[in-house]
Amino acid sequence: MIEALQAIALIPVVAIVGIFISLLFKGIDRILAARMQARIGPPLSQPFIDVKKLFMKENIVPKNSVKWLFEIMPIVSLTASLVVLLYVPLFGFKPLLDGYGDLILVIYLFAIPSLAMVLGGFASSSRYATIGAQREMVTMLSYEFPLAISIIAIAWVISKTGTCIPAFSLGTIFTIPVWGLVGPIGFLGLVLLSLVMLFVMPGEIGTVPFDAPEAETEIGGGVLTEYSGRNLALFYISSSVKTIAFAALIVALIIPWNISNILLLGGTGAIVADALFFLAKLFIVVFVGSTFVRVAIARFRITQIVKIYWGYASLAALFGLLLIAIDLSWMV
Amino acid sequence: MSLKDLNRSLWVFHVNSGSCNGCDIEIVATLTPRYDIERFGMKLVGTPRHADVLLVTGPVTRDMEKKLRRVFDQTPDPKVVMVIGNCGSTGGVFYESYNLVGPVDRIIPVDVYVAGCPPRPEAIIEGVVKVWAKLEKRGEKK
Ligand code: SF4
Repeated sequence: MIEALQAIALIPVVAIVGIFISLLFKGIDRILAARMQARIGPPLSQPFIDVKKLFMKENIVPKNSVKWLFEIMPIVSLTASLVVLLYVPLFGFKPLLDGYGDLILVIYLFAIPSLAMVLGGFASSSRYATIGAQREMVTMLSYEFPLAISIIAIAWVISKTGTCIPAFSLGTIFTIPVWGLVGPIGFLGLVLLSLVMLFVMPGEIGTVPFDAPEAETEIGGGVLTEYSGRNLALFYISSSVKTIAFAALIVALIIPWNISNILLLGGTGAIVADALFFLAKLFIVVFVGSTFVRVAIARFRITQIVKIYWGYASLAALFGLLLIAIDLSWMV
Repeated sequence: MSLKDLNRSLWVFHVNSGSCNGCDIEIVATLTPRYDIERFGMKLVGTPRHADVLLVTGPVTRDMEKKLRRVFDQTPDPKVVMVIGNCGSTGGVFYESYNLVGPVDRIIPVDVYVAGCPPRPEAIIEGVVKVWAKLEKRGEKK
């Protein structure tokens, strides 16, 4: 009972810290992207300034839109992104709501911000937004399959470590690094699956090269075409929170180690070291999965996105799963 | 809630009201890494709904009059209009042509004029600095 109350009290803290860190990461991401293009780039606080500005701008609701749906979807999107943060391990701690939901729930929660964008886009009754919403749905359908395969494979490996442990619970997964549980072939499989997950990341968070749903140069902002002011700011925060939530999920799945037991620290030192180490891991994942890809590759067409995710990424994930299956059957 | 918050995060939307494309290409040049306007927090957006600044090029042909007005109305307040190029400011080489209704300030209120045919990217950036100054003044008045 007291634990539950503690968790409830911590929820706003996680939300505020999550928003702060995600906007900070967005600033770092923008500076790094600029440096890679031999530019100076915006100040670190740019995302905060952007959000502040968006909140003071006029909020226009188009005349032909379905008003309540249009207005409510940004809130739904942000809430869902923040809720994900409660279910993934952050700063080397167990998930706040550990035991109340597992990986499968997290995967479904990740779909909600995208769905909210789709619904908001359709509700705005703009043609550009409709095209964007359709693309968003297609993208979502394409990346879900390779992602699901990767996650299930990892949970499967963990379920082999003993009977009746909750293999899908993130609280378990992040305490048992998967890499030690498999032989060389399974290791290869895990590498493959990790790459697939990193590759799904830009699709999941909708950055270049998988940002066909929001392509501002061809369909004028896509799903977000009609959003302005406060609602746009909410979507902006939501997408950056989703970025770090997804990165935190990847961290928990493939680089779950803590640094405190290696450095032999205890007490507060351990907590601080783990938290900093977590931020470093998060940064690496965001950099590899989002910033680097975003600068290196130009936008794919929607047909290419489907082909890449359904074709190549799914094949790679299935192959990884096969390798793990072979490995696990040998171990028995 | 002051207009000062706006000036470090100007999102620009580009409207072509019938220009010869010279100014548009200069705007694109301003967006290249060489001039790096993201330093000032500027960003090109794809829809007027996200915009703070309208970059209008061209002398406003008869066909574009209604559309320009509509784009202006679609932009959420507070907003700034910048005219890029001689055409938009005065009519330029198309002065007194039979199919013009412009220049731009006959259709929508203009805050900053950038002269040149076409203006260099440096001039466009200077125009943005003028926008800042203007916004700061307006913020003080409020
Ligand atoms: S000002 Fe000159 S370059 Fe610009 S649109 Fe007019 S004619 Fe073209």
